[in-house]
Amino acid sequence: METPNLGSSPTMRLNDESVKSVDRRNFLRRAGLTTVAGAVFLAGCDKDDDMDPSPSSVDLGSGDTGILNYAYALEQLEAAFYTQVVATPYSGITDAEKTLLTDIRDHEIVHRDFLKAALGGSAIGSLEVNFSSIDFTSRASVLGAAKLFEDTGVAAYNGAGNLLTNGTNLLVAGKIVSVEARHAAAIRDLLSPNSASFAGDDIVNSNGLDNATKPADILAAVKPYVKTTITASNLPTA
Amino acid sequence: MNFFNIISELEKVDTDVHERLEHISRRSMFNTLGKKVSALTIPAVLAASLQKAYAATPGAIDILNFALTLEYLEDDFYKAGLAATNLIPGTDRLIFQQISKHESAHVALLKSALGTKAIAKPTFDVTGNGAFADVLTNYKTFAIVSHALEDTGVRAYKGQAGNLMTAEDKPLLQTALQIHSVEARHASMVRRLLNAKGFVPGAKGWITLNQGTPAAVYAGDDNLTQAGVNLTGLAGKSNEAISEAFDEPLTKDQVLAIATPFIKS
Repeated sequence: METPNLGSSPTMRLNDESVKSVDRRNFLRRAGLTTVAGAVFLAGCDKDDDMDPSPSSVDLGSGDTGILNYAYALEQLEAAFYTQVVATPYSGITDAEKTLLTDIRDHEIVHRDFLKAALGGSAIGSLEVNFSSIDFTSRASVLGAAKLFEDTGVAAYNGAGNLLTNGTNLLVAGKIVSVEARHAAAIRDLLSPNSASFAGDDIVNSNGLDNATKPADILAAVKPYVKTTITASNLPTA
Repeated sequence: MNFFNIISELEKVDTDVHERLEHISRRSMFNTLGKKVSALTIPAVLAASLQKAYAATPGAIDILNFALTLEYLEDDFYKAGLAATNLIPGTDRLIFQQISKHESAHVALLKSALGTKAIAKPTFDVTGNGAFADVLTNYKTFAIVSHALEDTGVRAYKGQAGNLMTAEDKPLLQTALQIHSVEARHASMVRRLLNAKGFVPGAKGWITLNQGTPAAVYAGDDNLTQAGVNLTGLAGKSNEAISEAFDEPLTKDQVLAIATPFIKS
């Protein structure tokens, strides 16, 4: 089992990259071009050998590889979180809750290690996590974070599906996302038993749809929990 | 391929491409402002796209009608369950009301996407041609059929996702994925209820190997090879854990075989 490396690392660079990426996209629009066309163009030039060697930052890369690395980054975060949850159970945890959280930990570890294996030499390195805002002794804090991670995972995979070009990659993302949704429902039910919360109106809209969110927005949302700088500027955006 | 050809190709299949890009730039602004990821306006925009009969390929129409058939069935099933007296205990009604609300919304969304190409609602037999004769009088039977329908829905959408990858179908792909994960939330909830009620002791929110009833709903879910990688022994985890981590698809034929007993005409 990997122990998260808690060494310090700069965290400001993701912001700079995001702004650059936004500027570029807006520029393309103003210029009468489109982000869609830009993505098609970028997808054609893989830069797998262009990875940042610095351990304090990772570049997800481009095309399907970039999206799978993006998923790998999120699964690393989830696996590290649940590893900590199971290692230091919150006060008052029940046996049933421990079993459930151990199951989820194992699923996230399997997702993480599968994606690493599938990516092979293109896989990004191990991320450093930052869970300083989570109180692992508190049920509410732990389950609140779990709910955020699971709902975010669902929205991330839903938003990444149509950025993939390879059917096998899409299928495997589909096989994972429904398990994340199962987790999300279970965690929500622990927080609010026997209510509508497992698929609540706060997360499923009036058309009966879960969220689908693009990588830039997801990475901004999880940024407080990751020390490593994640560069996503070469990911497809549409 | 050059840039301008790509744009003009996109305009042919997507007359709203500029409006859509306007939307993308709005999202960039959200991001710049550091707004938290939450229910953005994306689904509503996609619904609007659907209402313009965005789907262009005949294959996509077939898939949407296939999905609509399943949603019609689920919608009828929960309406009948909620209407039956003394079936769903008061403590669990909120759960099934929420699921029912979503299935009705899925029917409405798919019908609106298909417009005149939407198939008419079949006549259903919620007992599955007698296989679940007491489904509207015995809560255990009702819950078992419910989880089977939800797990079938998850596997059915997953099986069709790869057929919605052309440029003109991609917005539909995202919508299908957004329905797919809601079905998975439903399945998880009802499966855990099966355990809590003692109907299926030990039932979890996720599918272990190919365990479950009816067997056809869970066939092949014990697969341990993903994207050509045999995961047996991965990270020292059990086959049970590895199988739970991935939900497997069902083909259209497998799904229709499961659904057929519920369809009268």
